[in-house]
Amino acid sequence: MSNDNDIILSSATSMSTLTINEVSKDGFGYNPSVGPQSNIITPEASTFLLSSKKSIITNNPNSIYDKNIINKKNLEISLSSLAFLFCEMVNWCHSNSKGIQDLETRLNGLGYQVGQRYIELIKLREGFKTNKREVKIVEILQFIHGTFWKAIFGKTANELEKSQDVLNEYMITDNVPLMSKFISIPKEYGELNCSAFMAGIIEGALDSSAFFANVTAHSVPITGYPLRTVFLIKFDDSLSIRESLRS
Amino acid sequence: MSSYYLTIIGTRDNPLYEVEFSSFKPNSSSTSSSASASSIPGRAQFAPDVREILPFIANSSLDIIDDSQWSTSNFNLGRVDSFYGLVVNAFITQGNVKFVLCYDNVGSGTNSKYDDNLIRQFFIDVNDLYVKCLLNPFYRVNDAIVSPEFDIKVKLLARKYF
Repeated sequence: MSNDNDIILSSATSMSTLTINEVSKDGFGYNPSVGPQSNIITPEASTFLLSSKKSIITNNPNSIYDKNIINKKNLEISLSSLAFLFCEMVNWCHSNSKGIQDLETRLNGLGYQVGQRYIELIKLREGFKTNKREVKIVEILQFIHGTFWKAIFGKTANELEKSQDVLNEYMITDNVPLMSKFISIPKEYGELNCSAFMAGIIEGALDSSAFFANVTAHSVPITGYPLRTVFLIKFDDSLSIRESLRS
Repeated sequence: MSSYYLTIIGTRDNPLYEVEFSSFKPNSSSTSSSASASSIPGRAQFAPDVREILPFIANSSLDIIDDSQWSTSNFNLGRVDSFYGLVVNAFITQGNVKFVLCYDNVGSGTNSKYDDNLIRQFFIDVNDLYVKCLLNPFYRVNDAIVSPEFDIKVKLLARKYF
């Protein structure tokens, strides 16, 4: 098991800790320890930028920076491969977790990173002409319930409600949550809901848009929809103050 | 010929990326004044004392950006601040990452509307690059962007627009 952990722990932190002594080979690349002096335009860089041949340094043909990510075609992946991947993710989290609560937290954490990235990507795909930033709680919830859900899961969520008892609580309901479509929870796992991953996606998207919230997934089966899941979104109290100031 | 300073500011007001550049176009008006310094096309020509305080100017505009962030739903915030002839334009993404561009306003005033449009287009393209960077699983939100390719792409955009 410890080997598995070694693989997953990424070296992402080491990538951003360049020291003051590190100089880039070709004069490009920002070094945060040095500041703007690190990527100042040198004579060679200037000639390179002005020349028409661009393949001298950027010899990586598969670079993400050369791809068109706004392209709307061919964005669907097969559901079975997604289900297998998710199965493995749950399995991995399960083997590391200490309990049901811990397992849900781990799934949530995985989804969180997806949400942070997806919200930016979807906003970019929508285009800037007709588009706007979401600055109101209700508007961002509608965005997540509609566009966001459709982009990720291929359909909009079923319901969007405001809690009647508690201020700052909202609920998004999905009758057939895509990710846990093929997952049945054993009895001894009680309240576990693997849609915690989806809750994490929502939480990541809301948090990075500065709508600080806690999102949890709860199974609320009704007749015909045994997998029906309610995503309970609890916003931070500071948000209502912000809203009242600007309204 | 204007010089520009672009910085990308993360959600915790931490700088992710900085670059200084100037217009790449061959210059017609500067033959008299800065013949020696302008030998490298594209290099910023801020005075040394201005250059030192550029990050401070960018950061001092963050308060204004924070304020207008919730009162407008535009991505492009336009011209938010100016500081002794330096103009500050800003752009904010849905994920709360700010792009701040400071530039010295030499010889403008006539076509500032045109400038703002160019800057808006530039910001939109930088945002596109930023999202591509964000899609890298080894990059996390609020990490500094050290990729040389990102740097090249931003500078190419700078060359294209300014």
